[in-house]
This record gives sequence, C-alpha cells and structure tokens, in this order.
Amino acid sequence: MYVAVKGGEAAIANAHRLLADRRRGDRNVPALRIEQIIEQLGLAVDRAMGEGSLYDRELAALALIQARGDLIEAIFLVRAYRTTLPRFGYSRPIDTGEMKIERRISATYKDLPGGQLLGPTFDYTHRLLDPSIAEGGAVDTPVARDSEPERAPRVTDLLGHEGLTEDDVNEPQDEIGDLTREPMEFPLSRDRRLQALARGDEGFLLALGYSTQRGYGRSHPFVGEIRIGEVEVELDIPEFGFAVNLGRIRVTECQMVNKFKGNAKVPPQFTRGYGLVFGQAERKAMAMSLCDRSLRARELGEDVNHPAQDEEFVISHSDNVQSTGFVEHLKLPHYVDFQGELGLLREMRAEHEAEAGDDAYPEAAE
Amino acid sequence: MNVAAYNFAYLDEQTKRMIRRAILKAIAVPGYQVPFASREMPMPYGWGTGGVQITASIIGPEDVLKVIDQGADDTTNAVSIRAFFAKVANVAVTTHTAEASIIQTRHRIPERTLTEGQVLVYQVPIPEPLRYLEPRETETRKMHALEEYGLMHVKLYEDIAKHGRIATTYAYPVKVEGRYVMDPSPTPKFDNPKMHMSEALQLFGAGREKRIYAVPPYTEVVSLDFEDHPFEIQHFEEPCALCGATGVYLDEVILDDHGGHMFVCSDTDNCEDRREHGHRGTLAGHALEAAE
Repeated sequence: MYVAVKGGEAAIANAHRLLADRRRGDRNVPALRIEQIIEQLGLAVDRAMGEGSLYDRELAALALIQARGDLIEAIFLVRAYRTTLPRFGYSRPIDTGEMKIERRISATYKDLPGGQLLGPTFDYTHRLLDPSIAEGGAVDTPVARDSEPERAPRVTDLLGHEGLTEDDVNEPQDEIGDLTREPMEFPLSRDRRLQALARGDEGFLLALGYSTQRGYGRSHPFVGEIRIGEVEVELDIPEFGFAVNLGRIRVTECQMVNKFKGNAKVPPQFTRGYGLVFGQAERKAMAMSLCDRSLRARELGEDVNHPAQDEEFVISHSDNVQSTGFVEHLKLPHYVDFQGELGLLREMRAEHEAEAGDDAYPEAAE
Repeated sequence: MNVAAYNFAYLDEQTKRMIRRAILKAIAVPGYQVPFASREMPMPYGWGTGGVQITASIIGPEDVLKVIDQGADDTTNAVSIRAFFAKVANVAVTTHTAEASIIQTRHRIPERTLTEGQVLVYQVPIPEPLRYLEPRETETRKMHALEEYGLMHVKLYEDIAKHGRIATTYAYPVKVEGRYVMDPSPTPKFDNPKMHMSEALQLFGAGREKRIYAVPPYTEVVSLDFEDHPFEIQHFEEPCALCGATGVYLDEVILDDHGGHMFVCSDTDNCEDRREHGHRGTLAGHALEAAE
C-alpha cells in the first residue's frame, strides 16, 4: 500500500512518454507539419498567439501540435516561452487607420468612406458540414479587387469630427503599463486593463459580454466598426532619431459605440468600448470591447452592480492560464490538509455522539 | 525556428533582481505581502510558481536543494520541481533536511528543527489570510494597513460558537512580530509553532497572486487564539507505523476497504532517518520493502 507515495520519478517519466505517443497517434498517419497548422488552422493559431500574447505563427503552431490541439495548453506553452524573452523596447502605437484592410464592417452606417468589406468571414455561411472538404476537393481562387482600395478612416474618427463620440485618449499617460512586467494592483489604469482583456480567455469574456447584453449592466452597444488586416509596427531607435519599420502584423480591432453620457461641462456624446486582438479574432475583439466598456462604469459615473462591471472580479479571473493552473492544482496531493480535516471531523463526531448519548442539547457557544 | 537557451536557474538576471528586491522588502517588513511582477513559469500557476521563482532568484551553484510536497520528497510535484532545478541550475539536490541550504515546500515544515543559514521557501496558493472573509484585494490591503483584524477574530469566534472550537486545521492564521496577520500557507496548524523564532529564513511565494512575504530568522510568529480557547496543535493517538515516532505529523494510509488503516510519518526524510537509526514501528519491514 505504501507504494502509492513512492516511485514518483519513474511514473512521471513514463506518463510523459505515453503522452508523446498519444500525441503522435497512429504512426501510419503522416505527422502534422507546422505549415499545415499555420495554413489550415489559422484561427486556432491566431487564438494561441493572441491569448499567448506573442506574435509568432510558427511557435503558436508548434504549441498547438505539442498541446494535441488543447488551446489553453497551447496558450500556456506560448506564454511560458514569451516570459523568457528580453524586451528591446516598446513599439510606437500601431495606426489601425492605416490598416491594409481585409475585412471591415460597420453596423452603424450603411455606407461610409472605404466601404464595407466582408472579407473572409463565417457570417452568412450556412453551417452545413461540407463533405467535399473531407475529400480534399479543389478550392477556387478568391476574387481580388482590381482597383486600389479607397482610404478607410476609422468610424470613431468620422464621428469624432462632430464631437459625437469621446476622444481616443482620455487618461493622461506618461508610460505604458505592462502587466507581465509589473505587479498587478487595483484599480488598474485603462491600458493595463486592455492588456489584461487582450490576453483574457475568449470564452470568459464572451460570456461576460453576453451578460451585459442580457441586462447585467447594459451598455447599449453598437458595432461602430470591426476591421481586420495588417498594420505596420514601428520602433523608435534613439540612436537613429527616427522610427524603424519592424514589419507587419495582422490584428482585429473592434470599436463599440455605446450610449451617451454628458454633464454640465461636456455635451452628451457616445462612449466607447475598445477591442484589439492579434490575428483574426472577431468574437474575441467584440467580447473585449463589450467588457472594456462595461469596466469603464466607475470612470463614467455609472453604478457598479454587475459582474461585468467589476474590475477586480473580471480581471482577476479572465486569464485562462491562471484559472486552469489553480483549478487543476486541486489534482495535486492535499493529504496533509485533508488529514487535518479528518482529525477535526472525527473529534467533532465523537463529541456529537457523546452529547447525543447524554441526551442533552449542546450549549450555545460550546 | 529558434527557441532560446535559458539562463542559470531559468529566470533572467533582471527578473531575479526584481524578485530579490521584493524579498528584501518582505524581510524588512515581516508578514507584509509585497506585490511583485510574477513571471509566467513553465509549470502551471497553483503548482508552485511562486516558490519556484523565489528559489530561482536566491539559488547559487553552491546551494543544496531539497523539495518536499506534503512533507515527502517523492511526491510527484516535488519530484518535478526538484528535477526542474537539477536541469536548469544543475545544483546538488538532497532529500536530507540537515544537508539542504534551501528547502522548497508545499504544505509542510520539516520535523527536524531548521538551523541558521537554511532557507525555507513556501509555495503559497492564496497569500491573503483575509481573502475568504473579504474577496476584494483593494479592501484587504486597507485592512492590513489599518491593522483592522477584527473580522478575523469574529470568524474564529464564530467557529467556536458553531463547532465549539476553532475549526481551522491548516492555513491557520498567525500574527507576525505583533503586526501583520499572515497566512502560513496551507501547512497544518501542527507546524505553526515551528515558525516561531525559527533560526531559518522563511520566504513565501505566491506566483498567481503575485505576492512575496517573509518571516526573518528569530521572529515572533503567534497563532491567533482566545484566552479561553488557546491555540492547540493536532495530536495523533498512534505513533508512526514505520518508525514509531510520536509528536510528528502523520498521514493516514488506507489499507483495505474494511476501514483498516495505518498512520505513517508525513515527513519521509525524518521517518527514513529514524529507521536507519534503528527505530521500528508496528508495520516496519514488510510494508516498506514492498515499496521498493
């Protein structure tokens, strides 16, 4: 019986060997290649990059294979690697107004400068399983536009001209926070909160965003705009005295336009919720912008009554690597603590029986 | 694809410096929870990332490391963490409490009295002793600042009112050097007295919650209680079935499905040491051999 607490080392090694075998599966089936994952499971790669907060398709794809397709495990792998990387500096803010757009839709205007571009979307597909994919059928080449795209200013900038929406930045900011390099202390500044949301679990934020739509902290959202495409990343290099272009990344941005606020000084204007995520991750960007708006309740003088408005609640529980670690740690041995509880319970039961035997009620406070 | 090589003890030197600064602050203010920029580690949150970060920041090539979980060196997570440091820091590891310069632990303090120069690193899940009374960090930090611990005493009193005793058997709150109420991590209250005036430095790391706190050597650590309900540790009616030890913390091992059980030392090193010195419990011999 004592075997149960012995031999941990060999057991671990064997378990990992079995894991490697199960990951590989039937050896007669060709092994997955990184390019296949990048090319054909691109949205899973995007999610691993986004919540892993590391823009590297190859590493995210590797993580997905290594994690046997378990997304949270893949995100964890990406994060554990990211944390070891040195920081060279902070890029300039990306300019999503200059995005090379692949998809851009607005639910608030029928037409607008730059137009509506559906892009590669699941929207309006009929969700019917397609056997031709299983057969590896040929796929048509997409239709490309023949003219140079018109400039597509962000919807919030269009509304901004009339002063109808609040400005981009309404918090004075000297330095950009980084939750992965500083202790987290509440209340968070909005940049840190947005960072936490961008890294946050899609499912958790989706459910919270949904809860605001169902009345738990309603914020009357409209999708001002969702845009997906590539933006340039630039880094200021002090020695050069100018910004250097590091390359392009694909991002999804969602601008939610929400019901107004105003007071004696500021005329009524739309408020905003913001979402920005690596890759193509529309659901996540929308959920993020709903949560961002809802977490601004205090700043905007609204009552904080609902989970999605509660910053400590939302941000402390939105990180799936943290959540999964702590939930799954319950698998670790706890027999020392359990023994303490067992002992106490036995004592209390013995006392209870003795008292029942005496046919007496326990005295208060005894 | 290039995946970088890792620094000695995994963390980069800047991160170690940041953590050491937090440790120094924690030592300067015993029992106070110092926020630190906890890193993502290659093991899950809740599995000892706080303790691992502290150990990684203080360990040097000359150190001898012992890792225990539930008092035992051979529980799976202890094996895994020990293997991690053997790999990334290439340090000597031991199971002998007396030989170790750093002992990382989860849920126990070794039975053998720790001595000057040793460091005990605790893995802490929830560093905030007031957390289950007040979920908000913004509130609990205020309560600590104002030394407002009435709520904790009310909780202990309610235990007595309901159960006739303080029904907390592990993570039993202590007051450090007469100032901060501190969570000793989920060690059984049996171990609380070992913290008091310990010669060893005690460091506590909570990775997920991003807090470090400390009890420097020779510091008063007092378990909270009431005059008419003084703090008591657990007592076991049987000695260890393997080494016959009394006055140590025991684990219950179930032997069959008819309620048969035995009690064995939770501290495996202490138990093995006693047996090497000729101490025998009622089930010593066959049960142990079966294991090897």
